[in-house]
Amino acid sequence: MILQRRHVLAGFAALTLMALWFADLGAMRPDPWMTLRAIGQGILHPDFSDIAGLLRATGLTVAFAFCGVGLGAVLGLLLAPFYGRAAVRLTCIAVRSVHELFWALLLLGLTGLSPLTGVLAIGLPYAGIFAKVFSEYLEDAAASAPLSRRLPRLTALLWVRLPQALPQMRTYTLYRLECGLRSSAVLGFIGLPTLGFQLETAFKQAQYGQAAAVLALFLALILPLRFWVIWRLVPLMLAASATALIWLPTPPMGQGALMRFLTGIVPSPLRTGADWGGWLDKVLLQQALPGSIDTLILSQIALAAAALIAAVAFPAIVPSVVGRAGAVIGHGVLVVLRSIPDYMLAFVLLQVLGPSMLPAILALGLHNGAIIAHLLGRQAASLPQRTGAPRGVTLWAWDLFPRLSPAFWALCLYRWEIILRDSAIMGLLGIGTLGFYIQSNVQTLRMDRVVALLVVSALLTLLIDTLSRRLRRAMRDGPPLRIEASRCLAT
Amino acid sequence: MPQPLVTLTGESLGWGGQLALHDVSLQIAPGERIAILGRSGAGKSTLLTALHDRAQVRLALVPQDHGLIGALSVFHNVWMGVLDDHGTARNLRTLIWPNADERGRVAQVLGVVGLDDLGRRPVSQLSGGQRQRVALARALLRGGALVLGDEPVTALDPEQGAALLDHLLGAFPTSVLVLHDVDQALRVATRIIGLRQGRVAVDAPASDLSADDLLQLYR
Repeated sequence: MILQRRHVLAGFAALTLMALWFADLGAMRPDPWMTLRAIGQGILHPDFSDIAGLLRATGLTVAFAFCGVGLGAVLGLLLAPFYGRAAVRLTCIAVRSVHELFWALLLLGLTGLSPLTGVLAIGLPYAGIFAKVFSEYLEDAAASAPLSRRLPRLTALLWVRLPQALPQMRTYTLYRLECGLRSSAVLGFIGLPTLGFQLETAFKQAQYGQAAAVLALFLALILPLRFWVIWRLVPLMLAASATALIWLPTPPMGQGALMRFLTGIVPSPLRTGADWGGWLDKVLLQQALPGSIDTLILSQIALAAAALIAAVAFPAIVPSVVGRAGAVIGHGVLVVLRSIPDYMLAFVLLQVLGPSMLPAILALGLHNGAIIAHLLGRQAASLPQRTGAPRGVTLWAWDLFPRLSPAFWALCLYRWEIILRDSAIMGLLGIGTLGFYIQSNVQTLRMDRVVALLVVSALLTLLIDTLSRRLRRAMRDGPPLRIEASRCLAT
Repeated sequence: MPQPLVTLTGESLGWGGQLALHDVSLQIAPGERIAILGRSGAGKSTLLTALHDRAQVRLALVPQDHGLIGALSVFHNVWMGVLDDHGTARNLRTLIWPNADERGRVAQVLGVVGLDDLGRRPVSQLSGGQRQRVALARALLRGGALVLGDEPVTALDPEQGAALLDHLLGAFPTSVLVLHDVDQALRVATRIIGLRQGRVAVDAPASDLSADDLLQLYR
């Protein structure tokens, strides 16, 4: 069945209206302007007085990102040739459907606040993603050379497929490193010594000057990423990162952490012989259900916001719409919004707007909207234009948007799953999504409930992923989405 | 009569579910130099692929698109021809660190095709003619009882092309080459197979055919 785009649009609009009806958007702070003014003051007067601490956090952010992405890339590369096997594929899907922050929360019980927690939290889900993407690249690299059919698979892989896929793999790994820097910074919010930790501390003490300094350093790190990551030096950078992390002092975990972790994740009725009914009622009905509903509500509104922002903002980097100078400014704004992790953005907005869904909606909408807009805008700028084509808003409405709408739809559906994953995370900020319940169970050391809720969150992600793929196929008008061609599709 | 290298009896050959050649019956005997002629789309490459799939002897192939890996060096693309002579571990080592002996063998065939000193250059940086010579060097390094070539010298200038064609034919006892030049086919081949409208229209010793006979294939 081929779905019409307007049917899908109507369905999404109805769902968004319903979600808005249920969403908790109230709870403004008494005076958001006061906080905003103080933050503005901070941005105008960034405070670099603790430069040693800031630089240390910056270095560790890089170190966690390098080691985590390195681990993920190596594991992914090793798994990629076997991705066709159901066992490998399912494992990869399962590990990547759990967000880095959730991995970290889970691993806290095993490896504590040690560097290993951070490296694994990034490396494990990334390995699942790398395996999928690398296997696609290897498959696309058709074995065109007239090799003997008797040749072992490994030789054909190394001599023919790998060399052809290598350039794409590098581009993708660099993009993943950018994502890894974001993940690494955000891991600071649960206590690892990266820039996120500095940001949270500064905000909690209302030291907005320091917070501005942290943000400035993070942007200075991530924006020119492509210029300071030199491939020949990557082994050296990896070694330096690993060394830095090994020397990091870590709180001791005490004896028997592994056993405690393994028994802890077994559902308590199995361990203590308690009643299953009570456990299931508590976990599924009182936690998973409201958490899932809020996660879906948040992701639905955020998706709509991202789509709106993307549709309106993508011409901001197209010179024939906003002029050459306008395009430079638009590019800057979109790149900054894209580079700041949505969780960090939500945290900052929360300080201004008070606890409700609104900060998370805005953060998810702005971050994902900027990513889609950036990709669409670059495509729009490269579209061939007939002579005498209109300019400005007319060009956008009559030419660019109609021509790009298949790509627009495909990108929005593609980000849907990512927005859902990140919506679950937003619960760590106190919104009622799945992350909220996961965190409260971590705090009371009920790891069995944590694992159960993580499974629910993974299933939800898979559901949306499947739905999105079905819709894209049913609409049948999306261009073939290639990740390396549009570097920022997956997060 | 010696055992034929390949035998096709009344076979229909196709590619991707589409039949390109009907009712093909032919045998290829050792020592023959066969040229395949025909308009584009007549099924020449299909026939060559079928021969490649059915031949049970060591053979070298020069495909129309050269079958090169752009990201690898000229050396690696040439050495690819003899990968199945070595084990996986040796091939892995050669990929990373070729030894002097291996470099020497490749340098020798590169000298034959006129690509001396280009061994370390990535194939993606070569011109069309240079790529074709890399593909020829690979076939020469591989060697064997039979060479199959799909327009193996079209990207080269006539003089150079003729010289390399002679060298290729000298290096293999039996050859089946798709050619696009009737005069060249009459000069080098002992037997000519002409394809027309999905069938074998001509299959005769080259000495029995004239250029005018063969030009009929293109009408």
